[in-house]
Parts: sequence; structure tokens; C-alpha cells
Amino acid sequence: MTSYIIRRLLYCVPILFGVMLITFVLFFIVQPPRARARAILGEKATPQQIDDWLHKHEYDKPLPKLFVSQTWKLVTFNFGLSDKTNRPIAKTFIDGAVPSLCLTVPAFIAGFFMAVGASLYLVLIRYSALDRFGVFVCVALMSIPPMVYMFIGQSALALHFAYFPAYGFEIRGFSTAKFLLLPVALIVVMHFGYDVRMYRTIFLEEITQDYVRTAFSKGVSQLRVLFVHVLKNGMISLITLVVTSLPALIMGSILVENFFGIPGLGNALVHAIQTGDAAMVNALVYLGALLYLGSLLLTDILYAVADPRIRLS
Amino acid sequence: MAPWLENLIVIVSLACAFGLLRLGSKNERWQRAWKFFKRDRIGIVAGIGIAIYLLVGTLDLLEISPSKSILDWVLGDAIGLRDEPTKSSYSAPFAKTTFDISNPAPLQLPGRHPMGTTQLGKDTFVQAIKGSSTALVLGGLTSLIYLPLSIFLGIAAGYFRGWVDDAVQYLYSTIASIPDILLLISMLMVMQKGLGTMSLALATTGWVGLCRLLRGETMRLNERQFVAAARSLGQSHFNIIARHLLPNVMHLVLINFVLGFSAIVLAESILSYLGVGTPIGTASWGQMIDGARGELGREPLVWWDVTAASVALFGLVLSLNLFADSLRRAFDARR
Repeated sequence: MTSYIIRRLLYCVPILFGVMLITFVLFFIVQPPRARARAILGEKATPQQIDDWLHKHEYDKPLPKLFVSQTWKLVTFNFGLSDKTNRPIAKTFIDGAVPSLCLTVPAFIAGFFMAVGASLYLVLIRYSALDRFGVFVCVALMSIPPMVYMFIGQSALALHFAYFPAYGFEIRGFSTAKFLLLPVALIVVMHFGYDVRMYRTIFLEEITQDYVRTAFSKGVSQLRVLFVHVLKNGMISLITLVVTSLPALIMGSILVENFFGIPGLGNALVHAIQTGDAAMVNALVYLGALLYLGSLLLTDILYAVADPRIRLS
Repeated sequence: MAPWLENLIVIVSLACAFGLLRLGSKNERWQRAWKFFKRDRIGIVAGIGIAIYLLVGTLDLLEISPSKSILDWVLGDAIGLRDEPTKSSYSAPFAKTTFDISNPAPLQLPGRHPMGTTQLGKDTFVQAIKGSSTALVLGGLTSLIYLPLSIFLGIAAGYFRGWVDDAVQYLYSTIASIPDILLLISMLMVMQKGLGTMSLALATTGWVGLCRLLRGETMRLNERQFVAAARSLGQSHFNIIARHLLPNVMHLVLINFVLGFSAIVLAESILSYLGVGTPIGTASWGQMIDGARGELGREPLVWWDVTAASVALFGLVLSLNLFADSLRRAFDARR
């Protein structure tokens, strides 16, 4: 197990190197630092000011040296200063992580259980008219742009009926929940259609297996077969799907955090886009890749936990 | 570019697309799927929906003069849906005055805007319909880049294995390890805004899924007897790939193309909302939805722009998704 994890971690090294190469090409060759400085400082900046800015952000080196220093910065998690606000980027990340987690973790858990429940119900009534209608609703739900959910949620539920606060965030016990309820619900709804449809496909696949027929012929009830036998065996495919949807969860929270003014990582990203803060986006891309690779590793470990037939070696 | 040249490009690319479909219809597997598909009512309706969007988008791309397309002529001159000549402010659907509580000004074309007008007095209904041409160009350009790329790399990796496979796998695992949205944003931030760069960015993130799928499918087909027979008869690599492998994976490409198109349309709206999408002023659904930030904050709120754009976008994406589902069912070998 340990040797397996170490080997997997070593596989990540060339991939992370590739990620850094991609971001370096984008942010230092496609858009040279001088052009970036001009965009940040404005048209009226003197050459002296631009040189000072480049020096302050350590961008005034020849390209190979710059690549080494940038890589070193990312590897040591010392992301340097933001291009726009001159705040340390690492501090923005630490400040943003808590609100982001407050939003995505409940949404992730609630969404997962609701989607599993709904999809198992659709499998229970499989190929009936209601099942077909349910799948149609799922496809319709995933065809709506996520912004529309937020617009409707905010203007109808928060502003018109005043069930929820329309905007803002604070970390103070119960009032945090008050601010989070609507955004969390919206994230769940955004992913609901896609998830239910995918889970339903997985469970339908399982239901054709021999062990299901055996269970039925032994007289095990429909419900027990579904929620015990099928759910357990479907877990393997489910884990893959859930983990590969983690980046999508980040995306959902980008829109929602910005729209509802929650000061998380997604909001930081949107601000970075709006102000042209390339250093911030660069660091976020690296962080996103790290999270993704970490969750892939987690998948493999979860496989071993969920399925005793799989041994990591 | 001269209008005739643009028209020629549009017509030639459509002709190529139909030619490819004709070529595909000779395939035995496609004929079997078509027999099944004919009885799928949802699939047929979705297909008709897509055809309508395709027709409208094409009409908007075919230009009579540099600033006027056939669609403009049909909607403006033949049906009579014109923009307000004075670039006045918002007006509600079928309203006779502008949308202003304190001093509403009379419209020049009262009651002639079924979905109201935008901030610049443009007819919202016309704008929402014209959005389909932007979606068409973006989806077409992106597919033109990523489909050949993933077919080439996917089949090469699955067929030759060895170092080719390693290189392709490394390439796509690296790109896949960056969450799509972050890669899209960083590419679009440093490149000039426009439909071309946006297609390039969308293609960069889009080719991975299909490439992975084709690699696996090619590896599976490679074990089959008909490929072994072709190989033992001394067929060249090119012949084996072109005659035996490619026709047997093209249905996957078709399904992926339809699904990818719907993802592109949705991605355009999200990216435009984030401020890295189509250039401001493009008649795209994303830009119209982005405009809703200000419009929904007004009191009383301006709801028609975002509604028209969302409904138009929803119609296309829903049709594409349902169509892809029906295609998948029709091509499913297990029934």
C-alpha cells in the first residue's frame, strides 16, 4: 500500500511539471511580463515604473531563469505577490479556503445523497413512463445555464419572498447557515440532473448482473436488492464519477461564490479575471491541478476500501 | 472579408458536413442504427429542433451585404421585426413606450417588439434568434479543431501502442489534470478576445475525453479477428486504420460531436458571464445573459432579455442532449 502510494506520487511529478510548463507558456510567453505590467499599470506608465514593477514582482529575468524561479515558487507554495493588489497570494488562499469549504462540502454531501436516492428510485421504477419522464427532466435540468438558477434563486426566493438573505457572508455560528442555505441549494440543483442521470446508468448496468438475479430468485425484496446489493456494488463506478466531478464542483462554486458575495477561492478567481491578475490565476491553476491529482489518488485508495477484491500493490 | 467569400466558406463547410454524413450512412452499423432511430420519437423531435437552429444560424451567416444577412432580411423586411431607429432604452414586450417609470417616451414602432427591446433599442427577439449563428460558428470551429486531433491521436495511441501511446497519454493526463474551467480562463485571459481564440481554448480542453475513448476502443478492436486477418494479409497500417478501425469508431465520434456541441454552447454562456467569453457586442446568448447582472438589479426588473436568451440557449442544448441520448441508444449493440 505505502509503496503503491509512493509510486503514484512519483507519477504525479512529470504531470505537475507539464502543468507548470503550460502555465508558464501562457502567462510568460504568450503574454510577456512587460505586456502584463502595461495592462496592470495603465497606458500612462513610464518605462521606469514598468521596470520597477517587474523588479518588484521578480519578473525581470531572462526566460529560462524565470521558469526556474516560477517553478520553485509554486513547488514551495510561496506564490509571491498578487499582480494587482500586491497582497501575498498564499494569504488570499488561506483566507478563501474556509468560506469555500463551508459552501462546497455541504453541497457535495447533500447533492450526493439526494442524487443517489433519486437515481435508485428511477431504477426501482425502471423503463416505466415515470422513469422516462424523470430522465427527461434530468436532461432538461442539465441544459439550463447555471446562471439562470442563480438569477431565479436570488430574485424569486431571496428578494421577492425574502426567505433568504440575498447577498453576503459571515462566519458566526447559525447566521453562517442562513447565508449558505440558498447558495448550497443552488449548487445541488445545478448538478442534480447530470448526477442522477449518470448514477442511474451505473445502477442499470449493475441490475443486469447475475448476483441481482440470484438475489431476486432467493426472494430478497426489490428495495433491499437495490439499496443494499446494487448500491454496494455500484459504489466502485460511483466513486470514479464523484471524484471526476470534483473539478465541476469547483466551477459551480466559482459562479455561486461570486454571485452571492462569498469571499472564497472562486470569488478570488473571478476578481483575478476581472482585474487581469495573471499571477493569481497561475497559482490557482497549479492549486487546481494539485487538488485534482490528489483526488485521483484518493479514488484509488477508496477503491481498495469499497471493494475488497482490489489490492493496491 | 468579402461577403461572397464568407458565404462560400459557410456553404462549403456545410456541404462537407453533409458529405461526411452521407459517407457515414453507407456504413452497415449506421444503417442498423437508423432503422432503430426512426422509431424514436424524442430523437426525431430533437433532430428537427437542431435542424431549425442550424437553418436559422446558416441564414444569419449568409450575407447579402456586409452588414445584412438573409435572416436580417427575413425578420426585418419580410416579417417586420425591426430595431428601434432611435437608440432608445429598454421597452417591455409589446409596449408602446420605453421602459421608464418617470418619463416614458413613445416608441417609434409601438407594439412591434414581441420580446421587448435591449438597452440600445434592439429587438430582443431578433437578438435571441441571431445568437444561434454565434453558437454555430463557435461549435463548428471548435469541432473542426478538436475532432481531427482526438481521432488522430486516439487511434494512433491505441493502434501503435509503445512510445506513441505513452506520449499521448502523458499529453492528455497533463491537460486533464487542470480543471477545464481554469485552463479555459487562463488561455482566454492571455489571448485576444474573439471567436477564433475561444474555439482554440475550447478545443484544447475538449479533445481529451474523445481521445481517451477512441484509444480504448481502438485497443479493443485491435484484438478482434478482422483486424488480425487484415494484418496477416499484409495490409498497410494506413489501410487497416482507414478501412477497418476508423469506420468502426465513427459512431462514437458522432455521439461525442453532438454532446460536445451542447457543452460548447453552455461553456460560451458561462465564460461570457465570467468576462472572458465572446467580445462585448457579439450577438451571443452568453453576452445577453451576462447583461442580466445589471438588468435584474433594476426596479422594476428587466426580465425579457435574459429570458429570451436563456430559452433560446436551452432549446438548442436540450435538443442536442436528447439527440445524443437517442443516438447512443440507437448505436447500442446490446439491445
